[in-house]
Amino acid sequence: MATLTQAPPPVAPPVPEKRPPRRRGRWTPYLLLLPGLLWLFVFFALPVIYQASTSVQTGSLEEGYKVTWHFATYWDALSDYWPQFVRSVLYAASATVLCLLLGYPLAYLIAFRAGRWRNLIMILVIAPFFTSFLIRTLAWKTILADGGPVVDVLNTLHVLDVTAWLGWTAGDRVLATPLAVVCGLTYNFLPFMILPLYTSLERIDPRLHEAANDLYARPSTTFRRVTFPLSMPGVVSGTLLTFIPASGDYINSDLLGSTDTRMVGNVIQSQFLRILDYPTAAALSFILMAAILFIVTLYIRKSGTEDLV
Amino acid sequence: MKTTKDTTTPGHGGDVRLTGIGKTYGSFTAVHPLDLTVPQGSFFALLGASGCGKTTTLRMIAGLEEPTEGTVHLGDQDVTALPPYKRPVNTVFQSYALFPHLDIFENVAFGLRRRGVKSVKKQVEEMLELVQLGEQARKKPHQLSGGQQQRVAVARALINHPEVLLLDEPLGALDLKLRRQMQLELKRIQTEVGITFVHVTHDQEEAMTMADTVAVMNAGRVEQLGAPADLYENPRTTFVANFLGTSNFIEAEVDSKSGGELVLKAGGGKLVLPEARNSAPTTAGGKVLVGVRPEKISLIHADDAGEIPGGRNRITGRIADSSFIGVSTQFVVDSPVCADFEVYVQNIDRDARLAPGAEVVLHWDPAHTFGLDAAQDIDAGVETVEEEVV
Amino acid sequence: MNTRQSRIFGTSVNWLKRHFVVIAGLLTLAYLLLPNIIVTVFSFNNPRGRFNYTWQEFSTEAWQDPCGVSGLCASLSLSLQIALWATLGATLLGTMIAFALVRYRFRARPAVNSLIFLPMAMPEVVMAASLLTLFLNMGAQLGFWTILIAHIMFCLSFVVVAVKARVMSMDPRLEQAAQDLYAGPFQTFLRVTLPIAAPGIAAGALLAFALSFDDFIITNFNAGSTVTFPMFVWGSAQRGTPVQVNVIGTAMFVTAVLLVLVSLVIGNRRNRHNA
Repeated sequence: MATLTQAPPPVAPPVPEKRPPRRRGRWTPYLLLLPGLLWLFVFFALPVIYQASTSVQTGSLEEGYKVTWHFATYWDALSDYWPQFVRSVLYAASATVLCLLLGYPLAYLIAFRAGRWRNLIMILVIAPFFTSFLIRTLAWKTILADGGPVVDVLNTLHVLDVTAWLGWTAGDRVLATPLAVVCGLTYNFLPFMILPLYTSLERIDPRLHEAANDLYARPSTTFRRVTFPLSMPGVVSGTLLTFIPASGDYINSDLLGSTDTRMVGNVIQSQFLRILDYPTAAALSFILMAAILFIVTLYIRKSGTEDLV
Repeated sequence: MKTTKDTTTPGHGGDVRLTGIGKTYGSFTAVHPLDLTVPQGSFFALLGASGCGKTTTLRMIAGLEEPTEGTVHLGDQDVTALPPYKRPVNTVFQSYALFPHLDIFENVAFGLRRRGVKSVKKQVEEMLELVQLGEQARKKPHQLSGGQQQRVAVARALINHPEVLLLDEPLGALDLKLRRQMQLELKRIQTEVGITFVHVTHDQEEAMTMADTVAVMNAGRVEQLGAPADLYENPRTTFVANFLGTSNFIEAEVDSKSGGELVLKAGGGKLVLPEARNSAPTTAGGKVLVGVRPEKISLIHADDAGEIPGGRNRITGRIADSSFIGVSTQFVVDSPVCADFEVYVQNIDRDARLAPGAEVVLHWDPAHTFGLDAAQDIDAGVETVEEEVV
Repeated sequence: MNTRQSRIFGTSVNWLKRHFVVIAGLLTLAYLLLPNIIVTVFSFNNPRGRFNYTWQEFSTEAWQDPCGVSGLCASLSLSLQIALWATLGATLLGTMIAFALVRYRFRARPAVNSLIFLPMAMPEVVMAASLLTLFLNMGAQLGFWTILIAHIMFCLSFVVVAVKARVMSMDPRLEQAAQDLYAGPFQTFLRVTLPIAAPGIAAGALLAFALSFDDFIITNFNAGSTVTFPMFVWGSAQRGTPVQVNVIGTAMFVTAVLLVLVSLVIGNRRNRHNA
């Protein structure tokens, strides 16, 4: 020890107690959580609870509302607006499936095949967020405009005849039809599908592909047996992050659709901001929420991924 | 040079003393209360299979794990209650735990900076020279090879001149050749700086090559402690006998005692065992496991049995299998007293008759025999970690 | 088809097979970027009438006077301010929650996890309506503060998820090594934990900024008479869209791409210098 030029660090005198509470951390997690959770509780949980009570109130704007446990509001809302509910679920489900089909190749491309272009493509996926999505949705109005190049091509190829027969489009128009709304929904929520997909694909060790190929799996089998199962967490959270906001959306229906494509979001919005029928709006919100929670729980059970957050 | 004001805590604090130290997680006991003293300046190895409690013991010395009971002393100072950052102890972590966001220089300087040392440049550069990484100072850890990373981890710990350096499987991630090289390197550094090294490993060869003293741990207990040669030549339990190298066991019965030697009956024959090398109870008729290492045994064809000098332990058998591995030939001999007797014979003059099926006589010097309590599992410690993994 | 033709056909089919993912991925990328291209092209339009949906003639008029429409640049500046503060608030609160969730085992964990997950699992219109009801009942003045409160609320969960992923993948031995090397809890956090978690925190912050800047539904409910940029666009979509909206949209897109590219290039260069 003769070569030492420096004494060891000063050492505190021994603590007299046998077992000091070294893990002072008992309250630390709660202190860290407190501000954020308080925020969520006051501005998220409380309003939702309050909303629940609004949905069983009766009264009018002038005289004020009282909780009367008037559950009939729910029944009335359902019987008046069930087509919008059905439409919401159908449109959102179609958009989710399309997002998965379109998003998976791109996420796969970024994760495994993009090489030095990876960062650039990633930026191009995220950057449209910074152009307001309203502006971009309005651009679809131009793209799908009557007599525009897209509609012309579809017309020439007789695609529109097929979609019209299926009820997705009307006549030689795409705008103001279900197809336009679903197209807009798909476009708007595609990044929410791509990002979680990419995250889970990127975690897959590329050597697993080689191992699968080595064990006589053709590329398609490798994808089916190895890659896709391993990307399931991304598929699950991607579909949820797409389906949930899509089912409550009203922008796409409003800008690209018509009165025949109105979704539940449109109804809630107008009940709240135009008609000012708060109990009906609240009841509609709760029916939508319950429907989503039901579908989501079912889906999560089925896919076996419990820890989403 | 800084000096500590408190004279009761001497600068270079003497032995590491663990007193009744134990760790339990819920109902699982990772380390049974144990006493252990690591003399100052020694190279001490904690050897055992994974999950035997060796790493937990090391982490309790480092302060990264709080003992459920017992105390840790460095010299005269009780450090049990001190957090890791107040202990004059540094660790070389398993897989190194180099800070990925800092370059090599800053990794090595980390400890000095935290202790408020102002001019670290000279010390860090000297330390990097010592581990031959002067050129790499501005690289990030992920740009170095495994061996280089390992040397950074050692430098990062040593630069603080700790009283004790703890090494948690520091060579586990390296390939065999590099591992041998680093073993010698670490041994050299330890001799040079004279700091106490406590080394945790599951590799018995590594422990024996490097350490002055080895503690063999099994299921949260220290089975045996001693110099490597002692442990190897005179194991006290079947676990130690099997974990350190290979051992042959013969179940025998105590026949008589005379002049410091025990005479034992096994099968039809008699075996002699020095009393000093026996750790089993020796009432007449009691059971003893007679052990002998494969390389201590000579093998001779049954036709030449007359050539065996007197006073040697001998056993007859038939060769079941033989494998030629260059420096030696390893035989498996089927004998009435033991089914798979292993014998390693140096390849000096090879006897062509020693092939599978040949009748042979095994003989060895009684001084190489050791006696163990027959109440234990003969196969304890046979499987090493690597075999379990494969 | 002769053999030569069929061979050419065969190789091109093989080529298509091998590059299927790349082709499909790039088509999706094109789908994602098509509206941005339209927005950019139409920012050089000189439309007749109030709507900017059909091409008339090339003009740089709008680019020379981006703030020429009353209220446009005011709404943009308001949106940027709100996004900045919301990012700051949500990142701070969200990072704290993420650390608590990863680093500590406590009894309320499942409850906390679901409180984090629910805002992401709820349609915006429901959250927006509920929050509006609360504000109305509290008698709060709708405007900048109510928007900010709402934005921090819905950005929070996304920050938690981003930071949590990063902190979870961090080797706990790094912090132990810091402690072993004389860094106390605070120093360990400052010198090791925070720098290593930084990419996750940055990703969360970026996401929060984008979500806040782009939010319309929740803002529309809780803004009162205050007008953010998306609300301005919405309003103009009903009455007629000035070309300047496209100019701002294009400028924001280009700025975002350039900023990220520059930061990447700087990061790369720094790494290469170290090597």
